[in-house]
This record gives sequence, structure tokens and C-alpha cells, in this order.
Amino acid sequence: MRQMLNGDEAAAIAAKLARVNVVSAYPITPQTIVVERLSEFVANGELGAEFMKVESEHSALSACIGASAVGARAFTATSSQGLMLMSEMLFVASGLRLPIVMVNANRSLSAPLSIWCDWGDSMAVRDCGWVQLQCENNQEVLDSTLQAFLVAESLLLPVMVCFDGYILSHTAEPVDVPGQAEVDRFLPPYRPKYKLDPEKPATMGAMGVPEYYEEFKFMQQAAMQAAKEELVKADNEFAKHFGRKYGLIEKYHSDDADVLLLTMGSLSSSVKEIIDRYRRRGEKVGLVKVRAFRPLPVDELIEALGHAKAVAILEKDVSFGSAGALFLDTAASFINVDKAPLMIDFICGMGGRDVDSLHIKEALRAAAKAAKAGEVKKIVRWLGLREKLVGLEE
Amino acid sequence: MKLPPGAIITEPGNSANYETGGWRSRKPEVDAAKCTGCGLCSMYCPEPCISKSKPAVVNYRYCKGCGICAAECPFHAITMVEEERT
Amino acid sequence: MMEKPFEETLVAPGHRACAGCGCILAMRLALQALGKNVIVSMATGCMEVVTTPYPETAWRVPWIHAAFENAAAVASGVEAGLKSLGKSGVKSVAIAGDGGTADIGLQALSGAIERGHDFLYICYDNEAYMNTGVQRSGATPFGAWTTTTPIGKVKRGEDRPKKDLPAIIAAHGAPYVATASVAYPVDYMNKLKKAAAIHGPTYVQVHAPCTPGWRIDNNKTIEVARLAVLTGAWVLYEVENGKLNVTLKPPKRRPVADYLKMQGRFRHLTDAEIVEIQRMVDEQCKRFGIE
Repeated sequence: MRQMLNGDEAAAIAAKLARVNVVSAYPITPQTIVVERLSEFVANGELGAEFMKVESEHSALSACIGASAVGARAFTATSSQGLMLMSEMLFVASGLRLPIVMVNANRSLSAPLSIWCDWGDSMAVRDCGWVQLQCENNQEVLDSTLQAFLVAESLLLPVMVCFDGYILSHTAEPVDVPGQAEVDRFLPPYRPKYKLDPEKPATMGAMGVPEYYEEFKFMQQAAMQAAKEELVKADNEFAKHFGRKYGLIEKYHSDDADVLLLTMGSLSSSVKEIIDRYRRRGEKVGLVKVRAFRPLPVDELIEALGHAKAVAILEKDVSFGSAGALFLDTAASFINVDKAPLMIDFICGMGGRDVDSLHIKEALRAAAKAAKAGEVKKIVRWLGLREKLVGLEE
Repeated sequence: MKLPPGAIITEPGNSANYETGGWRSRKPEVDAAKCTGCGLCSMYCPEPCISKSKPAVVNYRYCKGCGICAAECPFHAITMVEEERT
Repeated sequence: MMEKPFEETLVAPGHRACAGCGCILAMRLALQALGKNVIVSMATGCMEVVTTPYPETAWRVPWIHAAFENAAAVASGVEAGLKSLGKSGVKSVAIAGDGGTADIGLQALSGAIERGHDFLYICYDNEAYMNTGVQRSGATPFGAWTTTTPIGKVKRGEDRPKKDLPAIIAAHGAPYVATASVAYPVDYMNKLKKAAAIHGPTYVQVHAPCTPGWRIDNNKTIEVARLAVLTGAWVLYEVENGKLNVTLKPPKRRPVADYLKMQGRFRHLTDAEIVEIQRMVDEQCKRFGIE
């Protein structure tokens, strides 16, 4: 059934369809609608879950950990400062190998305070051992959240579904909402292999002494690598039931292009629009959209980007003192690879700054110029920067 | 022996594999004649390693020699003696 | 498969607690009172560390450690999870030290109580951050030496009174709040049974000496804990639905110096300082109707 839904609503509906047992969440802009909708579903009896009105995000994820440990399907949602506050527990949830699913409405980080979109929050925790998916539109938000449960429970790793705050979270789009019966056929109930149960007492969260800790981290990393396969499996399974498929990356007119753009999230839609315009003029440009950021789809990136002469990476984040995280990961993927494209890192859209067609074209021009010259003069650039305000003259 | 994920321990109470008796320098000796089997020593033993019985029986594999049993026994039936070790 | 020593105990020996540790005793007595149908959520601290050095665990009940400040949050998630799955007959129990309760853990505890979860919270109170080497906590009593309240030329020991945690929890309207001591194990276990039987958030704080942290001999644990009660420094009471009931009124309350002089952490106290502490204890006892 098609409904007009914003991203937050799509996420809430996905959690409802997934029959989550425990929702433990704390409100923060722009995720609030997720929690509000889920509260309504519970209040109306549409979702038979325990809704925990926790007193902070740290407790939100801590409670999810407790619930998941006893075998309940646990769900939470947050953004920005909330993600930072629970960051300690992100690592713990992954280390404990609990299949918690969370949606994160990407919002930039304080200071200064910003409620608007960028990827600073999820990028800051990219090392935490959660599978990280990025969504282009609200259909993808709903679909990826549903897939997340299947992936998490097969891998025993928590999964974070990210989508742009405000741009997706608060924008209504037509979304195909699957029926409960079909979702039940796609997503079976959670049957944990290990759980806390007086009938079979187990200890979770022991002290990982030096004789063992490294091995547990190796296993976590191995599980993250296995996540690539699980994501593909879940995607294929999802396609069988619902007719939609997303992949780890998406190639959009990229195979025959010398000049490529690389990005994630809702920005992909804007870029596709520009690509279409260029293609109508006969110019061969393309987009590679990353959907699974963690685990990083290294092989897929090498295959999709390797033939290009230059790639412009558009990302809404920067690792201070270094460069954008998506650029760093992509560049690193090509280490020891013979044929590697030139790469330019474009920091854009910070704190909700609009990334418009002029910006995208500027990035394309820069990549084309680099491709022609065979070199990149300046690797990291900022798009849409008000240069006079920072003392940079034109 | 492959490790289970997440450092989960599925054998409850297997700390008993580690015998803490090697920690002590004094050990409790129960005077069976004085012991009434009141069980206070057993109640107060942190390990636990002394039984509620008449007389109380110490499990020397775990006894750390803290001396609480001797200190609390109302009948002074327990004495801490220096442990002879080679 | 070796024979299980002391099969009936739900906290097995072989744990790495210090000889004479009051807190591990508090743990064992707690599980004795509560039985096997519990799920324990424990905070980082002495008890967590000494009982679960991978691959060993002293726990014969389901047990989870997540972090330091969130025992109550994890326990509330356990409770909600069990409820959502329709599982009954299993009690969620949160356990943390005084540091993990009074300071870093207070928010999570407050939230869990306010939400009214059906869980029991046990605070084992050894009056400092013992696991990290005796640093002061909000529960460290006035005048005590710790490594962060050392005795120097300018400052001499803890200069703040002990945070009144049970009062804070009672003020939340929790249906049952109690204080206990490892020196009074039957009283402690009865209070735990009572708390566990209540459907709602309940709290028991058990005074449990730390032999290295309090600077006492290993065999003095129970004696010191007993003196805390007999001098009125630690009062045993319950607050049931807002109604106070002092469960032990020492018949002839002993001077607090008897308690202080047993412990190296109070060794530096001058007579004047002891008088000040006596005044604080007298005031406390007055509030509880102890002469």
C-alpha cells in the first residue's frame, strides 16, 4: 500500500512491521517522529512492544542491550548528540554481539549547535562495529530497516540504518508499505543462539584478558566482513518478497564514464538528476552510490571506480586534521591496486548547507579537469563555502 | 577450541577451576570438640569454603586464609595457624 | 567435568576477591536469598572484575555486564525484554558498587525507578572506588582517607558528608528501600526477599567493608561492619511505601570512635575531628529515633 511518509515515519513503520519487542529511545531532533509514531502504535495496540521512555540515549542503548540479551528484538533511534552520548554503548553492543537495530537521522555535531543534516554523527562512530547503511530515499529507509533485522540476527552484529536528517526524516515521499503477512514471511521471529535464561545460565560481558581480547576483536572483524555476504543475501531475499533490491553499492551510468562522482544518502538523488542532464547532452559521467558504508565494499568500489580517470567524492563530513572519511576509505581501497583513478575529496553540505546543482557541477568540472591534466592539485576542497567569511579571497 | 562470539561464558561457576587456596599464608583449623555446627562460619565465609556441619569442614582448595571464620566463631572453635609450605 | 564445590551456592568459589572481602560475601548472600530465577545486570567494579575473568565465571545465574554507569538501565531493559516475551517468574536484579550508584550510575537508577520497572537494585557499599585503587566516591564518609582525599598539610581526608542514597531513592517513591550490612546477614537476606517479592522498583544498599580500602586486617570485616551499626554510623532501616521502620536500634549506642579506631583509613583523625564525626552521627541517629 502506497503512503506519503517522511523518513522518520518510514523507519517507525518498518520497526512495527518487524514486530520489535522492545523500543527504548530518547527524543532528539530530527528523530523525534520515529519515537512519537512508535509510541502511538504501542498506545493503539498496533504494536505489542514494551516502549521504554528512557531518560537518556546512553540508557536507551543500555536498555536495548539488556532486552536483546534476554532474546527480545530491540530497537532504538537517535541522531547527533544522542549518538555521541550512547557511543560508549555502541562498542559494547557490538562486542557483546547483540543484533540490535537502530536508525540514525544524520545530524551534525555540536559545537556550535546544529540540528541540521550532515554525516558527522555516524562518521564519528564508524569504527564501532555496527553495520552502517545509508539511504537515498524514504522507501530505502523502510526497506533497509526491515532488512537490518534479518542481517543483524544472522550475523549477531548490531545494524545502524542512517538517513539524512530533515532532508529525508521530515520530507514526505510516496513509500510502498509492505503488508504484515509478507513481512512475516520475510523476517522470521528472533531465535537467539545465546541468551540470558535461568534454565541455562550464561555470563555475558566478562573481562577480556589479554590472552583472549585480540581473538574476540578478530572475530568481530570477521563478522563484519561476513556482513557483506549477509547484506547481499538479505537484499536478494527482500527482492523475492517485495521486488526491490539495492546492493552494497549502486552504479548509475558509471561503467563507461571516465569521470565519476561518489556519494551516499539523499545527495545521490540530486547527483543522479545532474548525471541525467549531462547524459542527455552526450557527456559520459556517472555516479557510484555507496549504500553499505560498513562493512566497506572494497571489491565493489575497485570494480566500479577502477576504470575511471577521476572520481569526485561528495561527502557531508570531515575527519579534522585529515580528510573526509568516505574519501579516506575509498582512497585506501585502491592501495596496491594498479589502475586507480585520481580522487578529489569535496566536503559539502555541512550543518544542513544545501548542496545544489551548481555545487555538483563544480565537482564534475574539477574531476574532468583533473582527468584531462592527469593530476589533482588540491585533494580536499569545500563546496558551497562562504569564502569571504573565513578570510579566503576569490 | 573455537571461542564463542562476544566472550560469552556458558559454563556457570567454572571459576571453581581456579583454586585460590594457594593465596593463603595461614589456614583455619576447626576443633571438632568445640564446634557446635552453628554455621556462622559458613554464613560469613566470602568464598565460600567452609561447610555448615558439625564439625565445620574447610575446603582448603579455595580457602584464602582471611580468618573471618576464626574471628566470628562464638565458641572459639577455629584457630588460624601458619601454613607450612615447601 | 569436575564436581561442583558447594553446588548450592550461586556464586562459586575460585573468584578473585581479596581474602576477607565484604562485598563478595554480600553477593553470595544476595543470591542465596534470591535464588536461581534471576538475571543479574552488573556494573563495572570490584565484583564484576573478580567474578568474570574470561574464560571463567563465578556466576551460576544468568549475568550480564555492560558498562559502569548503566546497571539500572540494562536491568530495566532485561525486565522490559522479559515482559515483552511474556516470560514471568524471573526477577531482574541490578547490582553495582557505591561509585556505580551514587555518582556515575545515579541517572540510570533514577530513570529506572521513575519508570517503575519491576526490578531490584542492590548497591554494595564499600564507600569508595575500590576496584581502581581506593578513590573517593560520593558515598565516602566524612574524614576518610582515600587516594583522592589524602591526608596532607592543607587538606585532611574527605571533606564532604556521605551522600544519602537511600533517601534519594525513597524520595523517588520506590515502594521499598532498605539498608543492610554484611554483619547482619539474616536481616540483609530477609530484606532482599521482601524487596524481590514486591512488583516494582526496589532498592537495598548493603554496607560491605573492603579490607585493603578501609585498611583493616582481613579477619576484621564482620567486626567492623557490626561496629558501624552498633555506633550508629550505619543505620539499618526500611522505607516501605514512604513509611520508615528502623530495623535495628543499638541498645546502648557505642561511641563512633570505637568504629573509627578499627580502620586505618581513619587513623589520621584528631580528637577534635572525631568529635565532629560523633556530632554528625548523633544528628543522624536523632533523625532515625536512635538514642
